Amino acid sequence: MRVILVSAIALAVPLAASAQGTNTGRNLAAACAICHGTGGHVAASAPLIPLAGLPRDHIAAQMRAFRDGKRPATVMHQIAKGYTDAEIDAMAAWYAAQKR
Amino acid sequence: MKRRDLLKLAGAASALGTLGALPGCTTTPSHARVVVIGGGFGGATAAKYIRLWDPSIDVVLIEREPGFISCPFSNLMLAGYIGMSELSHGYGGLRAHGVQVVQDEVVAVDAGKRTVSLARGESIGYDRLVLSPGIDFMFNEIQGYESAMQAGRVLHAWKAGPQTEALRRQLEQMRDGGVYALSVPLLPYRCTPGPYERASMVAAYFKQAKPRSKVLVLDANPDVTSKAGLFKRAWSDLYKGMVEYRGNAKAIGVGPGVIRLEVEDVKCDVMNVVPPHRAGDIAVRTGLITHNNRWCDVDWRSMESKKIPGIHVLGDATLSAPGMPKSGSMANNHGKIAAAAIVELLNGRAPQPVKIINTCYSFVSQKEGIRVSSVHQWEPGQGTLVPVKGSGGVSAARSEAEATYAWNWARTIWADTLG
Repeated sequence: MRVILVSAIALAVPLAASAQGTNTGRNLAAACAICHGTGGHVAASAPLIPLAGLPRDHIAAQMRAFRDGKRPATVMHQIAKGYTDAEIDAMAAWYAAQKR
Repeated sequence: MKRRDLLKLAGAASALGTLGALPGCTTTPSHARVVVIGGGFGGATAAKYIRLWDPSIDVVLIEREPGFISCPFSNLMLAGYIGMSELSHGYGGLRAHGVQVVQDEVVAVDAGKRTVSLARGESIGYDRLVLSPGIDFMFNEIQGYESAMQAGRVLHAWKAGPQTEALRRQLEQMRDGGVYALSVPLLPYRCTPGPYERASMVAAYFKQAKPRSKVLVLDANPDVTSKAGLFKRAWSDLYKGMVEYRGNAKAIGVGPGVIRLEVEDVKCDVMNVVPPHRAGDIAVRTGLITHNNRWCDVDWRSMESKKIPGIHVLGDATLSAPGMPKSGSMANNHGKIAAAAIVELLNGRAPQPVKIINTCYSFVSQKEGIRVSSVHQWEPGQGTLVPVKGSGGVSAARSEAEATYAWNWARTIWADTLG
Protein backbone atom coordinates (compact mmCIF):
# COMPACT_ATOMS: atom_id res chain seq x y z
CA MET A 1 0.00 0.00 0.00
CA ARG A 2 2.78 2.40 0.91
CA VAL A 3 4.56 1.76 -2.37
CA ILE A 4 1.45 2.59 -4.37
CA LEU A 5 0.88 5.76 -2.36
CA VAL A 6 4.46 6.93 -2.77
CA SER A 7 4.38 6.30 -6.51
CA ALA A 8 1.28 8.43 -6.76
CA ILE A 9 2.99 11.26 -4.89
CA ALA A 10 6.13 11.01 -6.99
CA LEU A 11 4.07 11.34 -10.16
CA ALA A 12 1.79 14.02 -8.82
CA VAL A 13 4.44 16.41 -7.51
CA PRO A 14 5.93 17.61 -10.80
CA LEU A 15 2.56 17.67 -12.55
CA ALA A 16 0.42 19.43 -9.99
CA ALA A 17 2.73 20.92 -7.39
CA SER A 18 0.22 23.54 -6.34
CA ALA A 19 -2.72 21.24 -5.73
CA GLN A 20 -3.58 20.99 -2.06
CA GLY A 21 -2.19 17.96 -0.30
CA THR A 22 0.60 17.33 -2.77
CA ASN A 23 3.03 19.83 -1.23
CA THR A 24 3.81 17.71 1.82
CA GLY A 25 7.06 16.32 0.43
CA ARG A 26 8.15 19.70 -0.93
CA ASN A 27 7.48 21.46 2.38
CA LEU A 28 9.21 18.76 4.45
CA ALA A 29 12.23 18.78 2.14
CA ALA A 30 12.51 22.58 2.28
CA ALA A 31 13.58 22.37 5.94
CA CYS A 32 16.56 20.16 4.97
CA ALA A 33 17.84 22.81 2.53
CA ILE A 34 19.77 24.69 5.24
CA CYS A 35 22.43 21.94 4.92
CA HIS A 36 21.37 20.02 1.78
CA GLY A 37 20.73 23.04 -0.45
CA THR A 38 17.71 24.41 -2.31
CA GLY A 39 16.04 21.48 -4.08
CA GLY A 40 18.77 19.13 -2.84
CA HIS A 41 21.55 20.89 -4.77
CA VAL A 42 24.83 21.61 -2.97
CA ALA A 43 28.13 23.10 -4.17
CA ALA A 44 30.49 20.68 -5.87
CA SER A 45 32.95 21.11 -2.97
CA ALA A 46 30.35 20.25 -0.30
CA PRO A 47 30.99 17.26 1.99
CA LEU A 48 27.45 15.97 1.30
CA ILE A 49 26.02 13.90 -1.54
CA PRO A 50 23.43 15.93 -3.49
CA LEU A 51 19.95 14.57 -2.77
CA ALA A 52 18.39 15.85 -6.01
CA GLY A 53 17.53 12.94 -8.29
CA LEU A 54 18.75 10.18 -5.94
CA PRO A 55 16.52 7.08 -6.08
CA ARG A 56 13.52 7.46 -3.79
CA ASP A 57 14.00 4.10 -2.13
CA HIS A 58 17.66 4.85 -1.42
CA ILE A 59 16.89 8.16 0.31
CA ALA A 60 14.09 6.58 2.35
CA ALA A 61 16.26 3.60 3.34
CA GLN A 62 19.11 5.89 4.47
CA MET A 63 16.74 8.02 6.54
CA ARG A 64 15.41 4.91 8.26
CA ALA A 65 18.95 3.62 8.83
CA PHE A 66 19.87 6.95 10.49
CA ARG A 67 16.69 6.91 12.54
CA ASP A 68 17.17 3.32 13.70
CA GLY A 69 20.86 3.83 14.53
CA LYS A 70 22.08 1.49 11.79
CA ARG A 71 24.05 4.15 9.94
CA PRO A 72 26.50 6.23 12.00
CA ALA A 73 26.18 10.00 11.75
CA THR A 74 27.17 13.28 13.38
CA VAL A 75 23.65 14.76 13.22
CA MET A 76 21.30 12.78 10.96
CA HIS A 77 20.48 10.17 13.61
CA GLN A 78 19.04 12.98 15.76
CA ILE A 79 17.16 14.67 12.89
CA ALA A 80 15.74 11.45 11.39
CA LYS A 81 14.09 10.57 14.71
CA GLY A 82 11.79 13.54 14.13
CA TYR A 83 10.05 11.97 11.12
CA THR A 84 7.41 9.29 10.55
CA ASP A 85 7.67 6.65 7.81
CA ALA A 86 5.06 8.50 5.76
CA GLU A 87 7.00 11.76 6.04
CA ILE A 88 10.26 10.06 5.08
CA ASP A 89 8.57 8.56 2.02
CA ALA A 90 7.06 11.90 1.01
CA MET A 91 10.34 13.82 1.21
CA ALA A 92 12.27 11.00 -0.48
CA ALA A 93 9.77 11.01 -3.36
CA TRP A 94 10.11 14.79 -3.70
CA TYR A 95 13.94 14.72 -3.76
CA ALA A 96 13.91 11.83 -6.24
CA ALA A 97 11.74 13.91 -8.58
CA GLN A 98 14.21 16.85 -8.63
CA LYS A 99 16.56 17.26 -11.57
CA ARG A 100 20.16 16.42 -10.78
CA MET B 1 -12.50 34.37 -3.95
CA LYS B 2 -14.11 37.75 -4.53
CA ARG B 3 -12.45 39.20 -1.47
CA ARG B 4 -9.08 37.99 -2.68
CA ASP B 5 -9.59 39.64 -6.05
CA LEU B 6 -10.51 42.88 -4.37
CA LEU B 7 -7.40 42.71 -2.22
CA LYS B 8 -5.30 42.05 -5.28
CA LEU B 9 -6.71 45.11 -6.98
CA ALA B 10 -6.30 47.21 -3.86
CA GLY B 11 -2.69 46.11 -3.60
CA ALA B 12 -1.96 46.76 -7.23
CA ALA B 13 -3.93 49.99 -7.44
CA SER B 14 -2.21 51.62 -4.51
CA ALA B 15 1.11 51.19 -6.26
CA LEU B 16 0.02 52.84 -9.48
CA GLY B 17 1.88 56.05 -10.03
CA THR B 18 3.84 55.73 -6.81
CA LEU B 19 6.39 53.16 -7.81
CA GLY B 20 7.56 53.90 -11.30
CA ALA B 21 11.04 52.71 -10.39
CA LEU B 22 9.88 49.11 -10.08
CA PRO B 23 9.34 47.56 -13.48
CA GLY B 24 6.51 45.10 -13.65
CA CYS B 25 4.36 46.56 -10.90
CA THR B 26 2.17 48.64 -13.16
CA THR B 27 2.29 46.40 -16.21
CA THR B 28 0.92 43.33 -14.43
CA PRO B 29 -1.71 44.78 -12.10
CA SER B 30 -3.69 41.54 -11.85
CA HIS B 31 -0.88 39.76 -10.00
CA ALA B 32 -0.90 39.46 -6.25
CA ARG B 33 1.94 41.31 -4.60
CA VAL B 34 3.88 40.37 -1.48
CA VAL B 35 6.07 43.01 0.15
CA VAL B 36 8.91 41.73 2.34
CA ILE B 37 10.54 44.06 4.85
CA GLY B 38 14.06 42.95 5.80
CA GLY B 39 16.58 40.96 3.76
CA GLY B 40 18.04 38.77 6.50
CA PHE B 41 17.71 34.99 6.87
CA GLY B 42 13.90 35.21 7.29
CA GLY B 43 12.86 37.82 4.75
CA ALA B 44 15.23 36.82 1.96
CA THR B 45 14.21 33.15 2.25
CA ALA B 46 10.50 34.04 2.17
CA ALA B 47 11.01 36.23 -0.91
CA LYS B 48 12.95 33.54 -2.78
CA TYR B 49 10.63 30.64 -1.92
CA ILE B 50 7.43 32.52 -2.81
CA ARG B 51 8.94 33.08 -6.27
CA LEU B 52 10.06 29.42 -6.48
CA TRP B 53 6.66 28.07 -5.48
CA ASP B 54 4.41 30.53 -7.36
CA PRO B 55 6.18 32.69 -9.96
CA SER B 56 2.91 34.50 -10.71
CA ILE B 57 3.21 36.38 -7.39
CA ASP B 58 5.14 39.68 -7.50
CA VAL B 59 7.60 39.97 -4.63
CA VAL B 60 9.20 43.25 -3.53
CA LEU B 61 11.91 43.04 -0.87
CA ILE B 62 12.81 46.24 0.97
CA GLU B 63 16.15 46.29 2.79
CA ARG B 64 17.93 49.36 4.11
CA GLU B 65 21.45 47.92 3.79
CA PRO B 66 23.13 47.46 0.39
CA GLY B 67 23.98 43.83 1.14
CA PHE B 68 23.66 40.95 3.60
CA ILE B 69 26.20 40.42 6.39
CA SER B 70 25.91 37.09 8.22
CA CYS B 71 25.80 37.12 12.01
CA PRO B 72 26.50 33.35 12.04
CA PHE B 73 30.27 32.90 11.63
CA SER B 74 30.98 36.55 12.57
CA ASN B 75 32.61 35.32 15.80
CA LEU B 76 35.34 33.76 13.63
CA MET B 77 36.31 37.30 12.62
CA LEU B 78 37.17 38.07 16.25
CA ALA B 79 39.78 35.31 16.18
CA GLY B 80 41.09 36.61 12.84
CA TYR B 81 40.16 33.39 11.02
CA ILE B 82 38.01 35.13 8.42
CA GLY B 83 37.33 38.67 7.22
CA MET B 84 34.18 40.65 6.50
CA SER B 85 34.21 39.54 2.86
CA GLU B 86 33.41 35.92 3.82
CA LEU B 87 30.30 37.12 5.69
CA SER B 88 29.10 39.52 2.99
CA HIS B 89 26.65 38.56 0.25
CA GLY B 90 24.71 40.55 -2.35
CA TYR B 91 21.07 40.39 -3.41
CA GLY B 92 21.79 39.48 -7.04
CA GLY B 93 20.64 35.90 -6.46
CA LEU B 94 17.22 37.08 -5.29
CA ARG B 95 16.92 39.38 -8.32
CA ALA B 96 17.63 36.37 -10.55
CA HIS B 97 14.54 34.73 -8.99
CA GLY B 98 12.48 37.76 -10.01
CA VAL B 99 12.43 39.41 -6.58
CA GLN B 100 12.43 43.20 -6.88
CA VAL B 101 15.00 44.33 -4.31
CA VAL B 102 14.67 47.94 -3.16
CA GLN B 103 17.30 49.54 -0.94
CA ASP B 104 15.31 51.77 1.36
CA GLU B 105 13.85 51.91 4.84
CA VAL B 106 10.17 51.37 5.62
CA VAL B 107 9.05 54.20 7.90
CA ALA B 108 5.40 53.17 8.33
CA VAL B 109 2.97 50.34 7.62
CA ASP B 110 -0.73 51.10 7.09
CA ALA B 111 -2.33 47.73 7.81
CA GLY B 112 -5.80 49.07 6.97
CA LYS B 113 -4.91 50.29 3.51
CA ARG B 114 -2.29 47.55 3.10
CA THR B 115 0.51 49.90 2.13
CA VAL B 116 4.06 50.52 3.34
CA SER B 117 5.73 53.96 3.21
CA LEU B 118 9.39 54.30 2.30
CA ALA B 119 11.84 56.85 3.70
CA ARG B 120 12.22 58.32 0.21
CA GLY B 121 8.52 59.16 0.20
CA GLU B 122 6.94 56.50 -1.99
CA SER B 123 4.40 53.92 -0.89
CA ILE B 124 3.84 50.33 -2.04
CA GLY B 125 0.63 48.32 -1.78
CA TYR B 126 0.60 44.70 -0.70
CA ASP B 127 -1.77 41.76 -0.59
CA ARG B 128 0.40 40.09 2.05
CA LEU B 129 3.21 41.69 4.06
CA VAL B 130 6.19 39.79 5.43
CA LEU B 131 8.00 41.55 8.26
CA SER B 132 11.39 40.16 9.17
CA PRO B 133 12.95 43.06 11.06
CA GLY B 134 15.43 41.28 13.29
CA ILE B 135 16.12 42.88 16.67
CA ASP B 136 16.77 46.27 18.17
CA PHE B 137 18.47 46.82 21.51
CA MET B 138 16.95 48.04 24.79
CA PHE B 139 19.90 50.28 25.62
CA ASN B 140 18.06 51.88 28.56
CA GLU B 141 18.24 48.59 30.47
CA ILE B 142 21.97 49.24 31.02
CA GLN B 143 22.82 52.55 32.62
CA GLY B 144 25.32 54.65 30.69
CA TYR B 145 25.29 52.33 27.67
CA GLU B 146 24.39 54.63 24.82
CA SER B 147 26.89 57.39 25.65
CA ALA B 148 29.62 54.79 26.24
CA MET B 149 28.81 53.12 22.91
CA GLN B 150 28.89 56.44 21.07
CA ALA B 151 32.30 57.10 22.62
CA GLY B 152 33.45 53.64 21.43
CA ARG B 153 34.06 52.42 25.00
CA VAL B 154 31.51 49.61 24.86
CA LEU B 155 30.40 47.41 21.95
CA HIS B 156 27.70 44.80 21.47
CA ALA B 157 28.85 43.46 18.06
CA TRP B 158 25.56 41.49 18.11
CA LYS B 159 24.65 42.67 14.61
CA ALA B 160 27.49 41.72 12.29
CA GLY B 161 29.07 44.77 10.68
CA PRO B 162 31.08 47.80 11.80
CA GLN B 163 30.87 46.83 15.50
CA THR B 164 32.33 43.40 14.72
CA GLU B 165 35.29 45.09 13.02
CA ALA B 166 35.64 47.56 15.90
CA LEU B 167 35.67 44.73 18.47
CA ARG B 168 38.39 42.91 16.52
CA ARG B 169 40.49 46.12 16.50
CA GLN B 170 40.03 46.56 20.26
CA LEU B 171 41.13 42.96 20.87
CA GLU B 172 44.19 43.52 18.69
CA GLN B 173 45.07 46.72 20.52
CA MET B 174 44.54 45.28 24.02
CA ARG B 175 47.70 44.70 26.09
CA ASP B 176 48.78 41.15 26.83
CA GLY B 177 47.50 40.46 30.33
CA GLY B 178 44.31 42.46 29.76
CA VAL B 179 40.74 41.36 30.40
CA TYR B 180 38.08 40.99 27.71
CA ALA B 181 34.63 40.92 29.35
CA LEU B 182 31.52 39.65 27.59
CA SER B 183 28.17 40.40 29.21
CA VAL B 184 25.30 38.08 28.19
CA PRO B 185 21.63 39.13 28.62
CA LEU B 186 18.89 36.93 30.04
CA LEU B 187 17.16 34.59 27.59
CA PRO B 188 15.54 35.02 25.15
CA TYR B 189 18.20 36.69 22.99
CA ARG B 190 19.49 36.26 19.43
CA CYS B 191 21.71 33.19 18.91
CA THR B 192 21.60 31.25 22.18
CA PRO B 193 25.08 29.62 21.91
CA GLY B 194 26.60 32.74 20.31
CA PRO B 195 28.13 34.28 23.45
CA TYR B 196 29.93 31.07 24.39
CA GLU B 197 31.26 30.61 20.86
CA ARG B 198 32.48 34.21 21.06
CA ALA B 199 34.25 33.54 24.37
CA SER B 200 35.91 30.52 22.75
CA MET B 201 37.02 32.45 19.66
CA VAL B 202 38.50 35.32 21.71
CA ALA B 203 40.26 32.76 23.92
CA ALA B 204 41.66 31.05 20.82
CA TYR B 205 43.05 34.41 19.68
CA PHE B 206 44.53 35.20 23.12
CA LYS B 207 46.12 31.76 23.39
CA GLN B 208 47.96 32.38 20.14
CA ALA B 209 48.70 36.14 20.45
CA LYS B 210 48.27 37.32 24.10
CA PRO B 211 48.59 34.29 26.37
CA ARG B 212 48.52 36.22 29.67
CA SER B 213 45.12 37.71 28.87
CA LYS B 214 41.73 36.64 30.15
CA VAL B 215 38.20 36.12 28.86
CA LEU B 216 35.55 36.91 31.48
CA VAL B 217 31.98 35.84 30.73
CA LEU B 218 29.41 37.72 32.84
CA ASP B 219 26.19 35.84 32.22
CA ALA B 220 22.82 37.17 33.44
CA ASN B 221 21.58 33.57 33.15
CA PRO B 222 22.35 31.11 35.96
CA ASP B 223 24.37 28.85 33.65
CA VAL B 224 25.58 28.48 30.05
CA THR B 225 22.31 28.41 28.08
CA SER B 226 23.25 26.08 25.19
CA LYS B 227 25.62 23.13 24.72
CA ALA B 228 26.85 23.85 28.27
CA GLY B 229 28.81 20.63 28.77
CA LEU B 230 30.54 20.90 25.39
CA PHE B 231 31.54 24.56 25.88
CA LYS B 232 32.80 24.05 29.43
CA ARG B 233 34.79 21.01 28.38
CA ALA B 234 36.39 23.01 25.55
CA TRP B 235 37.27 25.87 27.91
CA SER B 236 38.91 23.55 30.46
CA ASP B 237 40.69 21.42 27.82
CA LEU B 238 41.83 24.18 25.46
CA TYR B 239 41.87 27.44 27.40
CA LYS B 240 42.56 26.42 30.99
CA GLY B 241 42.82 29.41 33.32
CA MET B 242 42.00 31.77 30.48
CA VAL B 243 38.19 31.64 30.38
CA GLU B 244 36.38 32.56 33.58
CA TYR B 245 32.62 32.00 33.61
CA ARG B 246 30.26 33.67 36.10
CA GLY B 247 26.52 32.94 36.10
CA ASN B 248 23.83 35.17 37.65
CA ALA B 249 26.03 38.15 36.75
CA LYS B 250 23.63 40.58 35.14
CA ALA B 251 25.04 43.88 33.88
CA ILE B 252 23.03 46.90 35.02
CA GLY B 253 25.41 49.64 33.93
CA VAL B 254 28.72 50.55 32.35
CA GLY B 255 31.29 53.11 33.47
CA PRO B 256 34.87 53.99 32.52
CA GLY B 257 36.59 50.60 32.30
CA VAL B 258 33.94 48.85 34.40
CA ILE B 259 30.83 46.78 33.94
CA ARG B 260 28.42 47.35 36.81
CA LEU B 261 26.71 44.26 38.26
CA GLU B 262 24.13 44.44 41.04
CA VAL B 263 26.73 43.66 43.73
CA GLU B 264 30.01 44.99 42.36
CA ASP B 265 31.86 46.74 39.54
CA VAL B 266 34.02 44.50 37.34
CA LYS B 267 37.14 46.04 35.76
CA CYS B 268 38.01 45.15 32.20
CA ASP B 269 40.04 46.38 29.22
CA VAL B 270 37.65 45.48 26.38
CA MET B 271 33.96 45.86 27.21
CA ASN B 272 31.60 43.75 25.11
CA VAL B 273 28.14 44.15 26.61
CA VAL B 274 25.18 42.68 24.73
CA PRO B 275 22.06 44.54 25.91
CA PRO B 276 18.66 42.83 26.10
CA HIS B 277 16.79 43.15 22.83
CA ARG B 278 13.31 43.06 21.33
CA ALA B 279 11.65 42.87 17.92
CA GLY B 280 12.97 45.50 15.50
CA ASP B 281 11.62 49.06 15.65
CA ILE B 282 9.31 48.70 12.63
CA ALA B 283 7.45 45.86 14.42
CA VAL B 284 6.93 48.16 17.40
CA ARG B 285 5.79 51.09 15.25
CA THR B 286 3.38 48.82 13.33
CA GLY B 287 1.78 47.63 16.58
CA LEU B 288 2.74 43.97 16.23
CA ILE B 289 4.19 43.50 19.72
CA THR B 290 2.14 41.10 21.86
CA HIS B 291 4.40 40.09 24.78
CA ASN B 292 6.47 41.98 27.39
CA ASN B 293 6.78 44.98 25.08
CA ARG B 294 9.32 42.87 23.19
CA TRP B 295 8.08 40.08 20.92
CA CYS B 296 5.44 39.34 18.25
CA ASP B 297 3.25 36.28 18.68
CA VAL B 298 2.32 34.48 15.45
CA ASP B 299 0.21 31.58 14.18
CA TRP B 300 2.97 29.01 13.64
CA ARG B 301 1.10 27.42 10.70
CA SER B 302 1.47 30.58 8.63
CA MET B 303 3.67 33.01 10.64
CA GLU B 304 0.73 35.45 10.43
CA SER B 305 0.63 37.95 13.28
CA LYS B 306 -1.88 37.16 16.01
CA LYS B 307 -2.52 40.88 16.22
CA ILE B 308 -2.76 42.23 12.64
CA PRO B 309 -4.15 40.10 9.80
CA GLY B 310 -2.23 40.04 6.52
CA ILE B 311 1.17 40.57 8.17
CA HIS B 312 3.54 37.60 8.60
CA VAL B 313 6.32 38.12 11.17
CA LEU B 314 9.52 36.06 10.94
CA GLY B 315 12.77 35.38 12.72
CA ASP B 316 14.20 36.78 15.93
CA ALA B 317 11.28 39.25 16.26
CA THR B 318 8.80 36.45 17.02
CA LEU B 319 7.71 35.27 20.43
CA SER B 320 9.66 32.02 20.17
CA ALA B 321 7.71 28.75 20.26
CA PRO B 322 8.63 26.33 23.10
CA GLY B 323 12.19 25.00 22.73
CA MET B 324 12.85 27.17 19.68
CA PRO B 325 15.98 29.36 19.63
CA LYS B 326 16.37 32.69 17.84
CA SER B 327 18.69 31.49 15.09
CA GLY B 328 19.48 31.88 11.40
CA SER B 329 18.32 28.31 10.76
CA MET B 330 14.98 29.06 12.39
CA ALA B 331 14.51 32.39 10.58
CA ASN B 332 15.22 30.65 7.25
CA ASN B 333 12.63 28.00 8.11
CA HIS B 334 10.13 30.65 9.26
CA GLY B 335 10.55 32.13 5.78
CA LYS B 336 9.56 28.80 4.24
CA ILE B 337 6.49 28.40 6.50
CA ALA B 338 5.39 31.91 5.46
CA ALA B 339 6.14 31.29 1.77
CA ALA B 340 4.12 28.05 1.71
CA ALA B 341 1.22 29.66 3.60
CA ILE B 342 1.18 32.83 1.47
CA VAL B 343 1.16 30.83 -1.78
CA GLU B 344 -1.80 28.80 -0.46
CA LEU B 345 -3.69 31.86 0.81
CA LEU B 346 -3.21 33.86 -2.40
CA ASN B 347 -4.51 30.86 -4.35
CA GLY B 348 -7.60 30.60 -2.16
CA ARG B 349 -6.50 27.57 -0.14
CA ALA B 350 -5.87 26.99 3.56
CA PRO B 351 -2.22 26.77 4.74
CA GLN B 352 -0.98 23.41 6.00
CA PRO B 353 1.34 23.09 9.03
CA VAL B 354 5.02 22.62 8.12
CA LYS B 355 7.61 20.65 10.08
CA ILE B 356 10.96 22.47 10.48
CA ILE B 357 14.52 21.78 11.58
CA ASN B 358 16.94 23.85 13.65
CA THR B 359 20.68 23.28 13.52
CA CYS B 360 23.16 25.60 15.24
CA TYR B 361 26.89 24.98 14.91
CA SER B 362 29.48 26.72 17.08
CA PHE B 363 33.25 26.79 16.82
CA VAL B 364 35.26 26.15 19.97
CA SER B 365 38.66 26.36 18.23
CA GLN B 366 39.82 27.11 14.70
CA LYS B 367 39.18 23.55 13.55
CA GLU B 368 36.70 22.08 16.00
CA GLY B 369 32.96 22.56 16.19
CA ILE B 370 29.96 21.52 18.23
CA ARG B 371 26.27 21.45 17.33
CA VAL B 372 22.69 21.44 18.65
CA SER B 373 19.70 20.33 16.54
CA SER B 374 15.95 19.97 16.93
CA VAL B 375 12.88 19.14 14.85
CA HIS B 376 9.70 21.16 15.46
CA GLN B 377 6.15 20.16 14.51
CA TRP B 378 2.68 21.65 14.83
CA GLU B 379 0.89 20.42 17.93
CA PRO B 380 -2.84 21.10 17.51
CA GLY B 381 -3.61 20.61 21.21
CA GLN B 382 -1.13 23.30 22.23
CA GLY B 383 -1.65 25.47 19.16
CA THR B 384 2.06 25.93 18.56
CA LEU B 385 5.20 24.26 17.20
CA VAL B 386 6.93 21.95 19.69
CA PRO B 387 10.10 19.82 19.51
CA VAL B 388 9.36 16.26 18.35
CA LYS B 389 9.86 13.91 21.30
CA GLY B 390 12.96 11.74 20.96
CA SER B 391 14.49 13.85 18.18
CA GLY B 392 17.33 16.35 18.27
CA GLY B 393 20.32 16.67 20.58
CA VAL B 394 23.90 17.89 20.70
CA SER B 395 27.24 16.64 19.36
CA ALA B 396 28.74 13.63 21.12
CA ALA B 397 31.99 15.63 21.44
CA ARG B 398 33.72 18.58 19.78
CA SER B 399 35.29 17.49 16.50
CA GLU B 400 36.84 18.52 13.21
CA ALA B 401 33.95 16.75 11.43
CA GLU B 402 31.44 19.10 13.08
CA ALA B 403 33.55 22.09 11.97
CA THR B 404 33.53 20.76 8.39
CA TYR B 405 29.75 20.39 8.54
CA ALA B 406 29.50 23.83 10.12
CA TRP B 407 31.20 25.36 7.09
CA ASN B 408 28.89 23.35 4.84
CA TRP B 409 25.88 24.68 6.79
CA ALA B 410 27.09 28.29 6.40
CA ARG B 411 27.79 28.12 2.68
CA THR B 412 24.59 26.19 2.02
CA ILE B 413 22.22 28.31 4.11
CA TRP B 414 23.69 31.51 2.62
CA ALA B 415 22.94 30.07 -0.85
CA ASP B 416 19.52 28.72 0.19
CA THR B 417 18.59 32.14 1.59
CA LEU B 418 20.09 34.41 -1.06
CA GLY B 419 21.14 32.33 -4.05
